[in-house]
Amino acid sequence: MPLNKTLKKVLVIGSGPIVIGQAAEFDYAGTQACIALKEEGIEVVLINNNPATIMTDEAVADKVYIEPLNVETIEKIIKKEKPDGVIGTLGGQTGLNLTVELYEQKILQKYNVELLGTSVESIKNGEDREKFRNLMLKIGEPIPESAIIHSFEEGVSFVKKIGFPVIIRPAYTLGGDGGGFAYNDEELEMVLKKGLAASPIQQVLVERSIKGWKEIEYEVMRDANDTCIIVCNMENMDPVGVHTGDSIVVAPSQTLTDVQYQMLRDSSIKVIKELKIIGGCNIQFALHPASNQYYIIEVNPRVSRSSALASKATGYPIARMAAKCAIGYHLDEIVNPITGNTFASFEPAIDYIVVKLPRFPFDKFPEADRTLGTQMKATGEVMAIDRTFEGALNKAIRSMEMNVYGLCLKANEFVEEKNLLELLTQGNDQRLFIIAESFRRGFSLEKVQQLTEIDPWFLHKISSIVTLETELASYNWSDVPVSLLKQAKRNNIADKLLSQIYAIPEKQVRNKWKELNWKPGYKMVDTCSAEFDAVTPYYYSTWHGFDEVEVNHKKKILVIGSGPIRIGQGIEFDYCSVHAAQAIKKKGYEAVVINNNPETVSTDYSVADRLYFEPLAAEDVLHVIEKENVDGVLIQFGGQTAINIAHELEEEGVKILGTTVENVDRLEDRKEFYQLLEDLNIPHIEGQTVTQPEELIKAAAALGYPVLVRPSYVIGGQSMFTIFSEAELNQYIVQLEKNSQATMWPLLVDKYLPGLECEIDVICDGENILVPGIFEHIEKAGVHSGDSISVFPPLSLTESLKETLIDYAWKIAHSAPVIGIMNIQFVIYQDQVNVLEVNPRSSRTVPIMSKVTGIPMIEWATRVQLGESLNDLSSKKGLMEEPNYFSVKSPVFSSSKLKGVDHVLGPEMKSTGEALGMGITYQEALEKLIPTLGGQTDENYLFCSIADRDKKASLPIIQELVKKQYKIVATEGTAVYFQDHEIPVEKVVQNDDDVINLFRNQSMKAVINIPNQGRNKIKFGFQIREHAVRYKVPVFTHLDTIEAIINLEKGPQSDFEVRSVNEYYKLEERGAVHG
Amino acid sequence: MSILQNGYLTLETGEVFEGVLIGAEKDSLGEVVFNTSMTGYQEIITDPSYAGQIITFCYPIIGNYGINAIDNESITPALSGVIIGDLCETPSHYQSINKFSEKLKDAGVPGIAGVDTRLLVKTIRSRGTVKGYLSHTETVECSVPEKNDFWVEKVSTKKIQYFKNNGPHVVLMDFGYKKSILNALLDENCAVTIVPYNTPFEKINSLNPDGVLLSNGPGDPVELKKWFPEIKKISQNYPTLGICLGHQLIALAYGAKTKKLAYGHRGGNHPVKELLTGKVKITAQNHGYVVVDESIDNKVFAVTYRNVNDRSIEGLKHKNLPIQTVQFHPEAHPGPSDTEYILKDFVSQIASMGETVYAIK
Repeated sequence: MPLNKTLKKVLVIGSGPIVIGQAAEFDYAGTQACIALKEEGIEVVLINNNPATIMTDEAVADKVYIEPLNVETIEKIIKKEKPDGVIGTLGGQTGLNLTVELYEQKILQKYNVELLGTSVESIKNGEDREKFRNLMLKIGEPIPESAIIHSFEEGVSFVKKIGFPVIIRPAYTLGGDGGGFAYNDEELEMVLKKGLAASPIQQVLVERSIKGWKEIEYEVMRDANDTCIIVCNMENMDPVGVHTGDSIVVAPSQTLTDVQYQMLRDSSIKVIKELKIIGGCNIQFALHPASNQYYIIEVNPRVSRSSALASKATGYPIARMAAKCAIGYHLDEIVNPITGNTFASFEPAIDYIVVKLPRFPFDKFPEADRTLGTQMKATGEVMAIDRTFEGALNKAIRSMEMNVYGLCLKANEFVEEKNLLELLTQGNDQRLFIIAESFRRGFSLEKVQQLTEIDPWFLHKISSIVTLETELASYNWSDVPVSLLKQAKRNNIADKLLSQIYAIPEKQVRNKWKELNWKPGYKMVDTCSAEFDAVTPYYYSTWHGFDEVEVNHKKKILVIGSGPIRIGQGIEFDYCSVHAAQAIKKKGYEAVVINNNPETVSTDYSVADRLYFEPLAAEDVLHVIEKENVDGVLIQFGGQTAINIAHELEEEGVKILGTTVENVDRLEDRKEFYQLLEDLNIPHIEGQTVTQPEELIKAAAALGYPVLVRPSYVIGGQSMFTIFSEAELNQYIVQLEKNSQATMWPLLVDKYLPGLECEIDVICDGENILVPGIFEHIEKAGVHSGDSISVFPPLSLTESLKETLIDYAWKIAHSAPVIGIMNIQFVIYQDQVNVLEVNPRSSRTVPIMSKVTGIPMIEWATRVQLGESLNDLSSKKGLMEEPNYFSVKSPVFSSSKLKGVDHVLGPEMKSTGEALGMGITYQEALEKLIPTLGGQTDENYLFCSIADRDKKASLPIIQELVKKQYKIVATEGTAVYFQDHEIPVEKVVQNDDDVINLFRNQSMKAVINIPNQGRNKIKFGFQIREHAVRYKVPVFTHLDTIEAIINLEKGPQSDFEVRSVNEYYKLEERGAVHG
Repeated sequence: MSILQNGYLTLETGEVFEGVLIGAEKDSLGEVVFNTSMTGYQEIITDPSYAGQIITFCYPIIGNYGINAIDNESITPALSGVIIGDLCETPSHYQSINKFSEKLKDAGVPGIAGVDTRLLVKTIRSRGTVKGYLSHTETVECSVPEKNDFWVEKVSTKKIQYFKNNGPHVVLMDFGYKKSILNALLDENCAVTIVPYNTPFEKINSLNPDGVLLSNGPGDPVELKKWFPEIKKISQNYPTLGICLGHQLIALAYGAKTKKLAYGHRGGNHPVKELLTGKVKITAQNHGYVVVDESIDNKVFAVTYRNVNDRSIEGLKHKNLPIQTVQFHPEAHPGPSDTEYILKDFVSQIASMGETVYAIK
């Protein structure tokens, strides 16, 4: 059936802010879907309140609503826009749940909106545990036996029925806390009792344990004509027990015979047909390692992280095809865009191997529980392609940007054997390296296999890399045989690792390859193993073969992407990379993009003219530069990633566009930067650079506490702390030495000023500057800019202060000079504007500012780097006129996913995503983001625990809350202080048990917990915050946040209006306040 | 472990591909073809249809799960050689009893590992049909013999074999059958008689089958020209299913023509459209020749399946007689089993017809 012609307008539901488990892959899926619909002449209306996305660009959707993702708001949009259809299977779990709600509340029916693609019945059959179970029983597909258990006896009798081993998962605990496996009666008694006790509702799920089985995934597509295809299957190196998002994954499967491959393929097709999915679907299997027995673990009746990975791994654009299927097309009617001459109704055959590694946030959260289990903890991932597993794995390792270039890590040499054994058994994020260390110490493969339950195929490969690394290390650079070096490169051993092994500069390694005339070849990702001609410029490198990629002689500009999503460097930099590529194309150059993140829009082959799916290490980037003979490289759009390799690129004679590398250094090196500010007569925070602990203590004393301490060259405030006393500083030093590498030094120590923080993004051509707007932070300085609520236009800046900010920005831009874009953060304390820091690159706020002002910031920043002047781009310069509507950004944390992480606001960034609210007033914009404290009920308890230094400041806030009929529960010290100041305290909490009882028995509206320091697990405050997360009670760790919300509570509960971004722009043109 | 010896594949068009020798220590000549399947190397190397060919695996890592005792498609591999990328000598699978390289050695098949098979595939594609010489030396000229070998003769059974069962009786004409075809019939409870490719109608008639299945097999179907009349006669008298070469032979027997494809269809991902329903099935394929569209007599045969990509004929059905043919492999192994219903339908068709015949008797 061809296109459904009755569809003129379609609503697409996005996935909202990035949280662990729901990341950039849905921007990729949503963007593809919107484009797929638009090219059919369908008007696309989009809702998503994640402003850092490409999908919320006006060029992607016709009407963009940056509005809250809830049913009420979507109903308003439907009422207003009257779409003919809605697609909800491309916005992750958020989109899926909203779609089901819209249907169940009969909103779709009421407004006559057709649900496109998979039906609600099918979604529920896939998602609802009981329904899915019954459906699988009906078609004879095996699922692990399980039951919801409320008592010990019930559990024992169920296990009697199904047999051992079983897994016990308590309901509503953090990260599966309190659960475990039982292999016999004694273990069952212990774990079941513990599990029931751990669950706040005394409920556990008891399930047959298939831990240790192979975990295999299939990505399946189906159209309305019942044609089904497998896009790709994937094998998790980590067996069942570790969430697939946290697993090392290869595509295609490596250890399955054709019989097994087809057995699971048949099962997948049976399932997708029975579920009547239209579009994409992900099916996860557990396959017994020593038989052909299997279970279906899970079905996702929507596109997912795995489908983004499968799309990038094969070149088959699943989300695009799913969107086409949703509007009526059959797969055999859609051309395969990769080949241009075959059709979408086929199964990709690939002639390379893909390795995906998860990127964990533990470098930022040393206190977190790093154990891997069924709760996903990774924030992002990298993918690497090569013709061998060894090659792809080595590429993936250096793509992680963890400062790790091989498998044998120095740090692991000191791990005691006992710990090694533990880490093999109960894996954490370091497992790959722990396995390598075990082999290095001579552990047998059988032993490692037994402990890890990883298939020997993978272990053999890892062991062979370890052997190779060890052999390489047995030589000196002067006598290492060329044949061995050749073997190293064929295994894609990093140049950096060789430079570390031989203690020589990496350049020397590179020069050797030049002498030998060695370089990698490039091959195409073509969906068909070269069976057909392909037209898509999507490439990867290999040291295993001929370079088949032909280059043209057009002028080319390279954009270096931002790599895996991590805290501090997220999807916003992908937004910037994509826009830079588009600007390059617009200017008539060819855009070459390198990146290694399979989730993103930038690695969609349709974004760049030529896409290289490669690590972002200097070696790989240089090879591409040489291969393509690019005319210039843009380093300002890929976060800190590109900045970090700028030196090496320049040393090799690569032309870096925009601000020179030398000037980047001047702005990033604290000493030089302060010197620059002093020369320009710009006030800055007093601070020093110190290289060792004693110096740090001395400097802190001289500056006077509190001080802010951090390493230089970081992003996201890594290891950054506000320190209030020398005792705390000593503790910090101990922690620092324990957790991190030598590269943490030198450290920067600054005086901490509790002032107003604001930031600007500046486009500069060396002469003029253009500042679209100023973001004011709601929380005082000391909270990382990524974690503070910020508002634009600013609420409390006077005109003269604004002028000062712009004047300082101009001075910095002009003197450096900065060409392109930079981000400046200020702190205003006692009416003095101090410059906090300059990031000589694009920033987190750029996509938001671009979106809310309509100024194409990245395009302009690219064009000035390509030589245009701001005069050519804009008639106005300096600070742009403020709009008459407000935009508020608030951080979104993945607190419930990361056990052990203290989500207290501080100088180190912890949020994984952000949401944007827009409104005619500040109040309206804020209201769209922050859940108010909720309606008044009989029990409006607030739990307060406030550090001594903030007790006084908290009084007016607490008094205000008491006036609003909130009842106060407090910890001892806080309670005494409140009572002394005539604030009634209903209950005093003494210990952990009190806290547990409190959360269990009282309806808690919020926790207001202002910690002394935070991030110390043994502190009571930490426990309180963790309990709050477990019971899903909002926690406020900064008085400014709670103050902003109280002000919100004062206002009338307005029923806000929905407006597309374009309507906001028009408001401004008309100068009207109410649209 | 012995020291690795360099091996070379020299194409008749002049290109040389270097790697290391694996498998049997001998030189070999054959048409160089490629297969895009990502799994199923054991089934592929034991598929008699590859007789005389040097097979290139597009998937670059071969040998991962070893060789097992179950998945052979024939007893002795008939292919002339194997070209692969990365050879896995540390296989891992609970069923594995042997290494890939050992299997080649045991079967007397030479191979080369460490080859950029993607480059080779692209070369084959640009050259069309190309022969190659696999050797331990580089300097060999790829000399092409005048006449093609008659591979069907070499792989077909020499004597009749019986498989007892209580279902309908199928004669499987062996042009180089895959064991999976036999297994599929046995799974449907068929009694099966395997007969040599050149068994005449009279002989088959004497076996009194309920249906006849013409198997897959190697080489150019026109090589079997002198048996076309017998094949026609057999198909006119018994419900007949033709698979792959069997499909081509039936088409030829009724006057259609075949031609060589530029580089064949070999892999497990070929989409074919069932014209009756418009549904697309993913099929396993392994053929270098194809029935010429224009040569089909539309009054006699209806096209039942077409390849989605190149529109070529994938299946035929006689308009009056119970004859059905498919170019792809419904028995799978390796490859998807989307079309296994074709074998099932064939058996239930002959079963019901058999009952009818029996009733009249």
